[in-house]
Amino acid sequence: MNATDLAKLRLPETTVEKYGRLGWPASLAGAVVVIAGALMSWSFNQQVLGNLSIYLNPGALQILTIVVALVAMVLLFSVRGPLARRLGPWLDTTRGLRTAGTALLLYMIIVLLAIGIDGNGLVNVDPGGWVSFLGALLLFAGSRLLPDRVGLQDMEQAKLPSWFEILVIAITMAAILFGAAYALGLEDAWSFVLFLLFAATIAAVALRLGVLSWFGHIATRNRKVLTLAAFLVAFLFPFTQNGSDANMSIATQVLIFAATAMSLNIVVGLAGLLDLGYIAFLGSGAYVSAMLSGSAFATIHWKPPFLVVVLIGATVAMTLGLIIGSPTLRVSGDYLAIVTLGFGEIFRLTMFNLDGINGPLLSNGPNGIPAIPDLKIGSFNFGDEHTLLGIPLGRFSNYYFLLLVLIAFVIVVFARLNNSRIGRGWVSVREDEKAAEAMGVNVFGLKLLAFAIGAFLAGLAGTIKAHQDVAVSPDQYIFLESAFLLAAIVLGGMGTIAGVLLGATILKLLPEKLRFFSEYRLLFFGLLLVVMMRFRPEGLVANRRRLLEFHEEDEELAVAVEQEHLTVEEAI
Amino acid sequence: MTVTETRRTAREIGQPVLEASGVTMQFGGLLAVNKVNMTVREGEIVGLIGPNGAGKTTFFNCLTGLYKPTSGQVRFAGAPRKPESPKRQQSEAAEAVPVQPLAALTPLPPKPRAVVRAGMARTFQNIRLFANMTALENVMVGRYCRTSSGALTSVVRGPKFRREEAATRARAQELLDFVGLGRSTEHLARNMPYGDQRRLEIARALATDPKLILLDEPTAGMNPLETRQASDLIFKIRDSGLSVVVIEHDMRFIFGLCDRVLCLVRGEALIEGTPAEVQSDPRVIEAYIGTGEEEDEDAVPEQPQDVADSGEETP
Repeated sequence: MNATDLAKLRLPETTVEKYGRLGWPASLAGAVVVIAGALMSWSFNQQVLGNLSIYLNPGALQILTIVVALVAMVLLFSVRGPLARRLGPWLDTTRGLRTAGTALLLYMIIVLLAIGIDGNGLVNVDPGGWVSFLGALLLFAGSRLLPDRVGLQDMEQAKLPSWFEILVIAITMAAILFGAAYALGLEDAWSFVLFLLFAATIAAVALRLGVLSWFGHIATRNRKVLTLAAFLVAFLFPFTQNGSDANMSIATQVLIFAATAMSLNIVVGLAGLLDLGYIAFLGSGAYVSAMLSGSAFATIHWKPPFLVVVLIGATVAMTLGLIIGSPTLRVSGDYLAIVTLGFGEIFRLTMFNLDGINGPLLSNGPNGIPAIPDLKIGSFNFGDEHTLLGIPLGRFSNYYFLLLVLIAFVIVVFARLNNSRIGRGWVSVREDEKAAEAMGVNVFGLKLLAFAIGAFLAGLAGTIKAHQDVAVSPDQYIFLESAFLLAAIVLGGMGTIAGVLLGATILKLLPEKLRFFSEYRLLFFGLLLVVMMRFRPEGLVANRRRLLEFHEEDEELAVAVEQEHLTVEEAI
Repeated sequence: MTVTETRRTAREIGQPVLEASGVTMQFGGLLAVNKVNMTVREGEIVGLIGPNGAGKTTFFNCLTGLYKPTSGQVRFAGAPRKPESPKRQQSEAAEAVPVQPLAALTPLPPKPRAVVRAGMARTFQNIRLFANMTALENVMVGRYCRTSSGALTSVVRGPKFRREEAATRARAQELLDFVGLGRSTEHLARNMPYGDQRRLEIARALATDPKLILLDEPTAGMNPLETRQASDLIFKIRDSGLSVVVIEHDMRFIFGLCDRVLCLVRGEALIEGTPAEVQSDPRVIEAYIGTGEEEDEDAVPEQPQDVADSGEETP
């Protein structure tokens, strides 16, 4: 912010209503009370939520409330007080405070519930817990009384030095790395839920303040920095685990799932084809890899180098894609979904029956192919523990790095195809197939291409998955997995990279960490999707064009997107 | 109306570009187009008129391969297929499409894509732009069939890819300038005014490097000023060496624009001739205004000029 910009800024004239005067002091008092409560003991029982029973030495979950309360105080002081000139005109503090209040209240309710349920009754809640709860209630109520902010400056107009923008990106990425490592380390489900709530709170407050859209802008401006930072964070993650394989195992699962979802994103998000049997391509890659792995149970006794196996697996998957695609891509929409659904089941049943009795001996039937040896590329054995910079990296860390390379490859393919002649062709097919055909676009060829590339990449992921899982069997490749892949894309945002990675992480990580709810996960995800379809059909991270496709009627949105597009073009 | 004043001396009218002979299209019991012949020569503007439901758009769809004619043949003399180099484009920046020698007349396969590749492009009666793409992207899609970067090239991004991408972009921008939309490059098609959308559709069609362009009611719903701009644009396209076929309802527009006019009535060619001949023919007037006795059994009621023709959506 330079001086001339500041000179133009004015504090919005807030219309103070009858009780509006009380809003600010009440909110401030609430935030202070929350912090005071967090410095006291919350729970008499020391076994619940980590140890929250020490005065003046807050536990991790208490620190989180202090952080949120401090954020609320900063916001309050930027309405009135020391920060009013610098931050006040840019942030929509009222909406941010309301979100913070609601979230803190919810957080405290969950804390009280956790202590009540796991710690033998609400008797165990110490005064500090109640104090913080009352503080949250006060902040919640006080923030409702605050007047709406009008005449705010658009944060996208803020001109900040580029080193500051890069610093913001770096800090955000570091926070994500630290947060992810911390969250995965939480054993207790209540703590995990509370930490997720905290992360969601920060994100929601940022969104409400308008900081998130500003972050989106600096991210577009510094795309290379962001991409590099993201990969650096992903690369550094295993080093935070201190040789423990428990979380790395989950992380590799997430990466395989995300890589497959990204491949499916080419089919669904770019070409607009609905594929409900996609897991079969992952499966075919995995089976090929298993058969050629040199396992004692492998049905083909030939063990070529792994790179050859990768190529064979991916090619087999692609061939299957072409075989299933060429007759069926002429049908569209629902019919294609049904045909691909059938194909997924055919694959599973075929693998179930190629056991030497009902057919040729290829897959060992329901037993699958166990005891697949670890990968060995050159002299590097993926099964061994290696030490780098004094930090031990276990078996799953090795696979993690390999999968990171894979997912980087998939993302590069996705992004480059999206932004090319082929990508434009896909968009035109999605928009108006008949017009595209009349403009000389090879509609059928493009659809088949999307199918083939998607299958190829999934097959590629499958060849690694077989080694990492040690075994393949037909029941890994059920319809539900295909549905989950699709759900990750829909949840995250069709046709986006960040969205699908986020969606895949949510869908794979939550059931792993929240074992107690794994029985209800279908119910939960079903509900989540219904809610998403109602309120945000374009997904968590919206693609500009997809956003417009989902809101055909919204003229204002179209103009807004166009404006944004124009400014971004100028920035580049 | 002063459309006639803007008319420039026509270029020499050359050899035939398109020759449709005995084109018949039957949907079940409905004979939509019945043995229609049409010839379009190089550098010619041909008008196609007729009352609503006369089969004009159906005939168009037969020409462009959207429908496979029940019988009859469409022969076309497209430019020989040759990928162009970016250098050549710059030297001929003023031309809509670089002039190339014609090949011999060959039968057109009834596939839209093959028709476009051969050098015949079209616009639609009800605008069919890619609404959520920008104007530039729309025109770049039009270049699809004249470029060749495949999936592998796109992923590797070698010099060939970059060259072609830059050439595509430059050509699209050039065409937008040509139709007068040079300033709207980054606007979303759906946000553009109606008249601009029509022009964008023409630019998109021109991007396929056609020898012949078919315009389906290019002035439907336009005000007199926009209509005049449209006819100027069509002359400009003709002057750059293309042949044009226009479907229109606006008689003044069509008679001021075209070198020859073909009138279709109930799927049959009623008369073909110069605008003056067609204009004064009593049968044309009768077809449009009708005679009292025929009115009752006539399945085609008379409608105002700007009401959309229903031929397009007839499957």
